[in-house]
Amino acid sequence: MLLDIENLTTIFRTRRGVVRAVDNVSISIKKGEFVSIVGESGCGKSTLAHSVMKLIDHPGEILGGKITFDGLDLLSLSDEEMRKIRGDKIGMVFQNPMTSLDPLEKVGDQISETIMEHMNVTKKEAWQMAREMLEKVGLQPERVDSYPHQLSGGQRQRVMIAMAISLNPKLLIADEPTTALDVIVQEKIMDFLEDMKREGRAVILITHDFALAAERSDRIAVMYAGWLVEMGDAEALTNDPLHPYTKGLIQSVPDVWMDKEIKPLPGFPPDLINPPEGCRFRPRCPNASEMCMREPPEVEVDGRVVKCWLYG
Amino acid sequence: MLRVENLKKYFPVQKSALEVLLSRRRDFIRAVDGVSFEMKRGEVLSLVGESGCGKTTTGRIIVGLERPTGGKIYFKDREISSLSEEEQRKMKKYIQMVFQDPYASLNPRMKVGEHLVESLTIHGIAGNEEAKEIAMSMLDRVGLPGEQFYNRMPYQLSGGQRQRVAIARAMILKPEFVVADEPVSMIDVSLRAAILDLLMSFKEEYNLSMLFITHDLSVARIVGDRIAVMYLGKIMEMGKTREVIHNPKHPYTAALLSSVPSFLKKERRVEIIGDIANPIDIPSGCRYHPRCPFAREKCKKEEPELVCEEHSFACHFPLEGGF
Repeated sequence: MLLDIENLTTIFRTRRGVVRAVDNVSISIKKGEFVSIVGESGCGKSTLAHSVMKLIDHPGEILGGKITFDGLDLLSLSDEEMRKIRGDKIGMVFQNPMTSLDPLEKVGDQISETIMEHMNVTKKEAWQMAREMLEKVGLQPERVDSYPHQLSGGQRQRVMIAMAISLNPKLLIADEPTTALDVIVQEKIMDFLEDMKREGRAVILITHDFALAAERSDRIAVMYAGWLVEMGDAEALTNDPLHPYTKGLIQSVPDVWMDKEIKPLPGFPPDLINPPEGCRFRPRCPNASEMCMREPPEVEVDGRVVKCWLYG
Repeated sequence: MLRVENLKKYFPVQKSALEVLLSRRRDFIRAVDGVSFEMKRGEVLSLVGESGCGKTTTGRIIVGLERPTGGKIYFKDREISSLSEEEQRKMKKYIQMVFQDPYASLNPRMKVGEHLVESLTIHGIAGNEEAKEIAMSMLDRVGLPGEQFYNRMPYQLSGGQRQRVAIARAMILKPEFVVADEPVSMIDVSLRAAILDLLMSFKEEYNLSMLFITHDLSVARIVGDRIAVMYLGKIMEMGKTREVIHNPKHPYTAALLSSVPSFLKKERRVEIIGDIANPIDIPSGCRYHPRCPFAREKCKKEEPELVCEEHSFACHFPLEGGF
């Protein structure tokens, strides 16, 4: 396993109380695997990604669990050691490229600085690498001389990806990388992520778009209210979802090719400070029963992990 | 119900004083560059395209938020694009808009209910007391019980709830025409279906016509009777929803369709080359030719006309065989 997340719990201490944003979640990822983490906003999917990068700031805290990456116990590393892992071994792409790019610096400077921070190369070599990286993500190498505001949203996001892969990471985490972009640009970025996978790297895609995850990933993990509710082979999970939430989510999204009845999921995700007793999906679940007043177990059904009493 | 004829909107490009002195030419962004279509009562037309294709500008001109550079808009056979401001204000009662960003479209200092009351009193439809009653029942209707929500402030609401308020505000005037500009693109996936249901229920109830602006063809599939695909300010293809999706004629439509994520495996993929062209410098001939994998000599020189038929498309070499 390249990445092994075991029983991870990340909380946020707010004035109103403690939010268990990621609650006892376990996921492992192999080399050359493309895994999507799917869920609504607030389900904890981004917090999970940030926890792997150890980018959880106050009032957040990784409360428990273990994250092993490439044989290293990440949670026991010092800040300095972790900084080397980020970028070097794990690259991350965030949702909003404008906030992560410096508006006053040329794209080439930003990429080459990242390279020089981690690698022993001259300024000139780093600049040349920056040009190559831009070409790799489908931009003209001359874009090194552009400032972020001279680029479109899709081009900026590709610059971010160029930066994230410039150090040749083994794992790339992309947190809603295409949410603000058009489908055409989205497709190009997704093709690129798939190339990364083919090169033997692992890719984690955080997304709310189930169809996108279904199309691109080997495995899908579905999160709801801080829990991992279902995980398994992407095709099997989409064709035959087991958890009532996965079923509801798939039924609620329109599909361009399919004649299907679109059924909205009733209700809203719960307030995580006062989550419902027992199963957190119980108030919205069409199959809820007496049993669901207790927390469901995580069970394995046909190689799939499901957290639901229907299978418990 | 609505007829748009050769609509144009050019925005002058901002330049520094020096640039203005040095160049004789004034540059324009041709956001909308000759758009024509008609809509019947009770019909939904989805206007689809990439960002920057001019779909939002088209919508804003129809509701009177922008003045067109050229062309005409007829609403129930009355020309509305050159009305005085006073007359335009009156038209707003009949033509409403739902915006994309529910965080920007509500006034942060106004209570939820006041947004609806204001809409009614401005148009002189009801006095304060009566308006409040109507607002309460409208809030109930959009799934935000008036008792609970009337006095809340926008910041206390989620994105989906805000969009419900925005829809209530537009619908409370019982409009005959609504422009919905990407109304679900900023809302969580699992809540989108419910918002679309809500919009469509008003469409049925008031028998209103709706211009539904979206970049998402899977949404267009479920809401629209017809689809119009826009590229660089022009309509490239227009026809019945199913026909356009399953039998696209224009390579751009086909490229858009093949890039939409789907639960079904893609059997056919039509490529698109590079990025969208600069709307200041629109390519010669067919404006899509630099990105079209099928472009030939003729496409560089001659601009294809949008042939007006039930399924119309502006392409010299339309695709055969559907998806």
